[in-house]
Amino acid sequence: MRSGATPDVIVVGAGIVGAACADALTRRGLHVLVLDSRFAGGGVTAAGMGHIVVMDDSEAQFQLTSYSRRLWSDLAGELSRDCEDDPCGTVWIAETEEEWEAVRAKRAAYESHGVPVEVLDGRALAEAEPNLRPGLAGGLRVPGDRVIYPPNAARWLLQRAVARGARLREGCEVRAAGATEVELSNERITAAHVVNAAGPEAPRLTPGIPIEPRKGHLVITDRYPGFCRHQLVELGYLKSAHTLSAGAPSVAFNVQPRATGQFLLGSSREFVGWNAAPNPDVLEKMVRRGVEFMPALAGLSAIRVWTGFRPATPDKLPLIGRWTSSETHLPGPWIAAGHEGLGITTATGTGEILASLITGETPAIDPAPFEPNRAMPGGVH
Amino acid sequence: MADRLDAQIAVVGAGPAGIAAATRAAEAGSDVLVIDEAPGPGGQIWKHRRPEHAPRAARKWLERFVRSGARLVRGAQVIAATSDGELRAELPGAGGHMLDVRWGRLILATGARERFLPFPGWTLPNVIGVGAAQALLKAGVSFQGRRVAIAGSGPLLLPAAAALAAGGARVGLVAEQAPFPSVARFAGGLLRQPGKLLQAAMYRGRFAGTRYRTGTWITSARGDDRVREAVYTDGNRSRTVACDVLCCGYGLVPNLDLPMLLGCATSAGKVVVDERQQTSQDSIYCAGELTGIGGVDLALVEGEIAGLAAAGKSHGDRSLPARRSRQAEFAARLEAAFALRDELKSLARPDTIVCRCEDVILARLDPRWRRRQAKLYSRAGMGPCQGRVCGPALEFLFGWESDTVRVPVRPTPLAGLAHKEERADTT
Amino acid sequence: MKRFSIFVDGQPIDADEAATVAAAMWNAGLSHFRTSVAGERRGPLCAMGICFECRVTIDGVPHRRACMETCAPGMRVETHG
Repeated sequence: MRSGATPDVIVVGAGIVGAACADALTRRGLHVLVLDSRFAGGGVTAAGMGHIVVMDDSEAQFQLTSYSRRLWSDLAGELSRDCEDDPCGTVWIAETEEEWEAVRAKRAAYESHGVPVEVLDGRALAEAEPNLRPGLAGGLRVPGDRVIYPPNAARWLLQRAVARGARLREGCEVRAAGATEVELSNERITAAHVVNAAGPEAPRLTPGIPIEPRKGHLVITDRYPGFCRHQLVELGYLKSAHTLSAGAPSVAFNVQPRATGQFLLGSSREFVGWNAAPNPDVLEKMVRRGVEFMPALAGLSAIRVWTGFRPATPDKLPLIGRWTSSETHLPGPWIAAGHEGLGITTATGTGEILASLITGETPAIDPAPFEPNRAMPGGVH
Repeated sequence: MADRLDAQIAVVGAGPAGIAAATRAAEAGSDVLVIDEAPGPGGQIWKHRRPEHAPRAARKWLERFVRSGARLVRGAQVIAATSDGELRAELPGAGGHMLDVRWGRLILATGARERFLPFPGWTLPNVIGVGAAQALLKAGVSFQGRRVAIAGSGPLLLPAAAALAAGGARVGLVAEQAPFPSVARFAGGLLRQPGKLLQAAMYRGRFAGTRYRTGTWITSARGDDRVREAVYTDGNRSRTVACDVLCCGYGLVPNLDLPMLLGCATSAGKVVVDERQQTSQDSIYCAGELTGIGGVDLALVEGEIAGLAAAGKSHGDRSLPARRSRQAEFAARLEAAFALRDELKSLARPDTIVCRCEDVILARLDPRWRRRQAKLYSRAGMGPCQGRVCGPALEFLFGWESDTVRVPVRPTPLAGLAHKEERADTT
Repeated sequence: MKRFSIFVDGQPIDADEAATVAAAMWNAGLSHFRTSVAGERRGPLCAMGICFECRVTIDGVPHRRACMETCAPGMRVETHG
């Protein structure tokens, strides 16, 4: 793109979602300018686990995550090594008999969507993951799930976009994002389309968007190759993810092996505004929960603790589409944000859906559930 | 699982500064708890294998410390602290056994570590630091008959060479990168401090026969399963020296992790303190190398001032400020004399490892990045040393300032992050 | 000074109660403590607990810094590579 030429699309946010949008848009021949206040992949993209997972908590989520996972799998051979793409799969763990009952229904749901899964009884679970404590009811293995290293995956997608002519401006603070214009600190840039892909900061640029920061904690350990082989998540995670009571932090067992042999331990959820300081009490609960499932975790060396703000919407689905201000009733920018804990997984699908909507194609999956102006359950909390 | 202790004054670090601070504070009547990660007090410089090997000043201070009544927790590594009066340390043993301390005043005296700069071959086994050589000697290594090359920068080269020679090493090279005029000016300055000059002369004497080369630096280490030879240059010609051990360290950098975690203001890589050694945080004091590399004598007097100030007895010894000024002058000249030359920035080749924890080579780092960006993209600084080795190198090479410090300040078992004690049901 | 043996990768080496594991290994001519991410053999660099290059498994617990551990009779050390 000639410098100075008006871009077709401005994408605000060079995180995983913005990067995927830029990739999808440039593939359709559009000229794209990507702006980021920091550097590519440096926001919430850098804080997350990098889990690529098919989630069945709603039909729309199922569609979006399985579509997106397929797109990630298609990239498998091309991604650079530093993306650390690892097809290790997920094992959902049933702790109780009640959860074990739910495993059967879950299998049926996944298989009806064409997603292969495998039921593991208590013994098979122990064989698959010897470091889990004995006595767990069983699990559901999803072999097609993957793990990736998000900051470099975002960069890789952006580099593809740039190779097709996109421009990336980092260190570029955007104050406001409207339908055809973004306002920086001392300039305005116009384009036929503007995409707000600013994650938890999206509402700051386009007031009124129903996204709230939902804080999470993560710990990374030193290298213990073979300690666990799959991404492990307790089925109770879904209960935790759906806890809506304000101010009560919830934790759920979640361990992810990295290609390096290090482990990420999560997860926690709470609404505390933008307070990024690690909370020792929440951390303590999270570690305890982890040790309940994998006793040997207690002795693993923890190297670093950090927090991140998931961009959360009231109904747990992202906003993908054209925003209309509820105050002015005028069209606003396109939104590609609000992916909560599934931003890495659904970035690819989001990019494709958004690019299709912008170019007037029919998206590969029904975009209606992600309509940004849809009615939301009362309040985010 | 956590033990709890309370102290009016907690001191982190039992090197000269910490010992002096704790001793003065305890003698002034405060209840003092010292926490140090080593099995015994003394820090790096006063470390000793047997008590009788410690230098006289060390023995006197350590005896006085014991008499003062200050408590010492050994082998305790601080992993977290808050500015409102808490800290958490990991105790020895592998079980994640923690110690929680509530303190009223905190004195940080966590000293310094060596600065390492990458060069081809620096990751070969038996390439170590200069302070590292002394540490290994004190830890029981026999250097008898080993061929040793010593290089890098700073006044530590001389005592290290002398100690290794006294231990039977064959010192084949002592190479200081600072140019002769700088070192000479520094040495001339020592005339004002006869004690230090005497020390320097003694060091030279002990390895007479090996030239103390200035303006000379290592360009590469070569070997197979370990280092076998070092290549060095004076900018004009290159030569090679065979060695079994290459000791190469470029001065010291203060261990700023705890002061930074606690929000203490720093400037130019040092903790900012007032004349009472108090930091920008009320109730937190710093002494020793943290306020600027200055050696044992400065560390002692800063420790004494900090200890008295924390105990509320700032005017307990009016001779201290003047002593500190004299020592601080020495510290300033030290920094100027041993500034690192630009040639050291070009030693690393594209395939030279810069981050040893994650094996990140120079070619993977873009100088246009910032520190956090480089960390996220290359994983440099994400290993267990938490950027303590590559950080100062990257700052020297690219001007990247160190990242924010987070808990855990040192790697610790996950169990150590779960701090609530298991309480037996007592009802 | 109590002298005894510790075991490194199954082989006995001389040690004493004041020596660190790193020192005992160096005295026995052992330079390789661990294998790095890229497969390089490594040994101690800083010898004061900062660099983590001297990590070995001691009595079954991985990632112990040999320069910070004092030898004890019968200690079992495993290097990696």
